[in-house]
Amino acid sequence: MAKIQLNGKKITIKSKASIYQLLKKFKLNNKKVAIEHNGAIVPKSNYKKKYLKNNDKVEVVHFIGGG
Amino acid sequence: MEEDNLKKDNLKIANIKLKSRLIVGTGKYKNFKETANAIKESGAEMVTVAVRRINILDKNKPILTDYIDPKKIIYLPNTAGCFTSEDALRTLRLAREMGGWKLVKLEVLGDKKTLYPNMIETVKSTKILVKEGFNVMVYCTDDPLLAKKLEDVGASAIMPLASPIGSGLGILNKVNISIIVKQSKVPVIVDAGLGTASDATIAMEMGCDGVLVNSAIANAKNPVLMARSFKNGVISGRDSFLAGRMKKNIFATASSPIDGLI
Repeated sequence: MAKIQLNGKKITIKSKASIYQLLKKFKLNNKKVAIEHNGAIVPKSNYKKKYLKNNDKVEVVHFIGGG
Repeated sequence: MEEDNLKKDNLKIANIKLKSRLIVGTGKYKNFKETANAIKESGAEMVTVAVRRINILDKNKPILTDYIDPKKIIYLPNTAGCFTSEDALRTLRLAREMGGWKLVKLEVLGDKKTLYPNMIETVKSTKILVKEGFNVMVYCTDDPLLAKKLEDVGASAIMPLASPIGSGLGILNKVNISIIVKQSKVPVIVDAGLGTASDATIAMEMGCDGVLVNSAIANAKNPVLMARSFKNGVISGRDSFLAGRMKKNIFATASSPIDGLI
């Protein structure tokens, strides 16, 4: 198991999970989001290759209404 | 202008051509349905959007893209709410990763009460974004020198405020906006502070290339009707500008001929 911070919330995931698996777990559409992993943007093509470890910080953002 | 040419009177920002000179914000509406209806009625082809954390725990909530199709309406990612260059750059880089958006709106705020832009950070951020290949539309003060500076560092459009964001005060400094319009070679789009359709008409009559409106529509009693009003206001103002208004005289000139008077 690994403890990570997802959008500021502490969550536990299985160890060696990829970003792709994380999105799948939370049923997030990877086409409609952008991801930052420990402060660096992860290109969509790397979602399957990027593995998460203890204390990682992940931000998942999307578009909302704004001026 | 001949009729054919009038039809081709597009607004060109970077490599994007727009028939409508009204850009609409998508914030502050009652719900997404109202947002979608207002945008439809406004005739806008481009809308501003914000980038925020997704709500992981409540994914069943509707999202903006369910109501406004990014394939039909151009999303203009905006850095609203960013008070540092670092945050603004981070937001726009994420936006680009999300859907390949190169045309973005930069807004680096400097003061919570007035939401006035921090122009030092804004100029700095514009330079970096241009270097990274972004086409940047830049929210700015109505200072002609700073507007020129933004153009010099590669801004794709200059977006001076009419008055503070969400204030509805209309154009406070017409002289400055006129100077900015005269000196700029890139589109000038008045952003922030318009309160009602006539404010948009005035901006367009002054020769602005477009206007961006959010609060005036979203905060109206009937936002969908106000959206239509802004559409018509922008069209009227643009037509008046192209038509070229008559000269002002302090004395009367009769409209009917004197000859044949009984």
